[in-house]
Amino acid sequence: MSAAEITDPYDITVASNRLGRRRRTEKLVGVLAFLSALVAVALLALVLGTVLFKGVSQLSLDFFTKSSALFGQTGGIADALVGSAIMVGMAALIAVPIAILVAIYIAEYAGPKAASFFRVMLDVLNGVPAIIIGIFIYGILVVGNGQSAVYGAMALAILMIPMVARATQEVLELVPRHLREASLALGVPRWRTVYSIVLPTAIGGILTGVVIAVARVAGETAPLLFTSSIVTTSGVSVDVHQALATLPVRIFTLSESPSPDDQAAAWAAALVLIAFVLVMNVLAKYFAGRKRRSLEGI
Amino acid sequence: MSTLTPDPAAPASIERRGIRLGDLLFKGVALVAAVGVTAVLGFIAYKVFDLAWPAMQKFGLSFIWTEAWNPNTNVYGALTFIYGTLVTAFIALLLATPLSIAIALFLTELAPKRLASPIATMVELLAAIPSVVLGLWGILVFGPWVAQHLEPWLQSWFGFLPIFSGTPSQAGVLPAALVLTIMIIPITSAICRELFSRVPRDLTDGSRALGSTQWEAIRRVAIPYAAPGISAAVLLGLGRAFGEAIAVTQVIGSGNAISRSLFPPGDTLASRIASTYQGASNEIEVQSLLYLGAILLVISLVTNVAAQAIVNKFQKARRMSTG
Repeated sequence: MSAAEITDPYDITVASNRLGRRRRTEKLVGVLAFLSALVAVALLALVLGTVLFKGVSQLSLDFFTKSSALFGQTGGIADALVGSAIMVGMAALIAVPIAILVAIYIAEYAGPKAASFFRVMLDVLNGVPAIIIGIFIYGILVVGNGQSAVYGAMALAILMIPMVARATQEVLELVPRHLREASLALGVPRWRTVYSIVLPTAIGGILTGVVIAVARVAGETAPLLFTSSIVTTSGVSVDVHQALATLPVRIFTLSESPSPDDQAAAWAAALVLIAFVLVMNVLAKYFAGRKRRSLEGI
Repeated sequence: MSTLTPDPAAPASIERRGIRLGDLLFKGVALVAAVGVTAVLGFIAYKVFDLAWPAMQKFGLSFIWTEAWNPNTNVYGALTFIYGTLVTAFIALLLATPLSIAIALFLTELAPKRLASPIATMVELLAAIPSVVLGLWGILVFGPWVAQHLEPWLQSWFGFLPIFSGTPSQAGVLPAALVLTIMIIPITSAICRELFSRVPRDLTDGSRALGSTQWEAIRRVAIPYAAPGISAAVLLGLGRAFGEAIAVTQVIGSGNAISRSLFPPGDTLASRIASTYQGASNEIEVQSLLYLGAILLVISLVTNVAAQAIVNKFQKARRMSTG
């Protein structure tokens, strides 16, 4: 008998004397797989724990109400919080309607070929590195006009569109056909069916996609380096035609500083950013639960 | 409410034309949005090359294999950064792929349900950590640990390998590759999890019924079934690793030369752009950075399109085989 035949596990003529070894392999694989999952969970705990531990002692009311540090002052993140809120808000205002329209076209109107083409295009756009999006906005708008919060928001919006559009399109396709058919059979035009039947049914899933995209974009630094990083105003500013401070860019610059005070502020700012991201993720889970209920309740 | 109850005397075509107009308008707007987004993708590619054009004209293709970045003599080349991009991404993939597959198998096949769902949520949350925060942790906590513990340990066991030679360093290629590993594990493991959960139960059950152990059923049935999808997942992780700018910038330390060892600082295409753009000394340096951006765009587009092509081919084959 050759060795190849012996190792064939399906050969029932071989006595099961190798069963012990096979069982041990089975156990070993189980342990290794468990350890891999443990590594991932431990990494998350390690990073979150470090940020919490190093950041929480720096948090104070001043940290939230004061702006970035000037010479010999202790500073806060008020300006960065306001800047981030403005930019992410504007980005969502630009991206969400466009993304939902794209998703409606793919899910409701396009034929199978066109639908798959636009899906691939969205995925490819999603795969374009964030820093390239920054370079693009820099090239078409910042060169000649200077940096501004509007341009930063546009870069963030380009990042958001494929995320929201893909999430929306996937929920729209989950909305049962018979709902649309019932509406169309009553003589309701197609656009009206989409607007008052399909979208409300899918709203939970759409909101999940939007919230996750907002959380991701709020932490993006690379596209803002080219569009809104050279801040000339000091203090809290709401002038969207100027570059505004943002939380991620602030963390980035503070993290590269050798001063322990700056590093401490970086940890505290990171804690604020992570807390926001986690809250958004919990919110997304809540909306996802609503989506399940509304789609199953039919 | 004359609009809601059609007047039987009125010709039906007017009513219908109104409906058609609304539909046409809505469909048109949606189509414009879809085409517009596609056009943006093309415009991005065009603009990045347009911006890099002066540097392309000045340095030509030899930019790609020139190992230099010297603002004083205005000699620039991309080789160090292409090398850094490939090496960090390759190490990250080497570590993340088996880990991701194991995590996915654990969550879909081995873990009890009560354990699987919270662990899956936590792995997803790993992806939610902003890269700048991971980079902050990398530069202040992880980098020093790598320099004091991991690199000396690697050196004492594998010091004969050139990649583990030289003095340990806080900022370098190795910590950057490890941070990238952390970033791509949630991406690849999420896709692998979905792939394994889609393996038809009959196939694995059949294998078990023929006497194979659970691991044998996974290795001989589930993994081959999911293999094309896994390769697409790996490519998507690779694309992410190529394009990550911020976290890498924070931990890799801006090296200007290629080193055989993984310990000293290096740089990737994306991290060089992110770290140097604000301090760029003159126009030709900015243009050279944009040339790096064009190279990065090509590399990540190729990776992504390849991943999409695999997914599409795979889905089509599946659809045909299931009728």
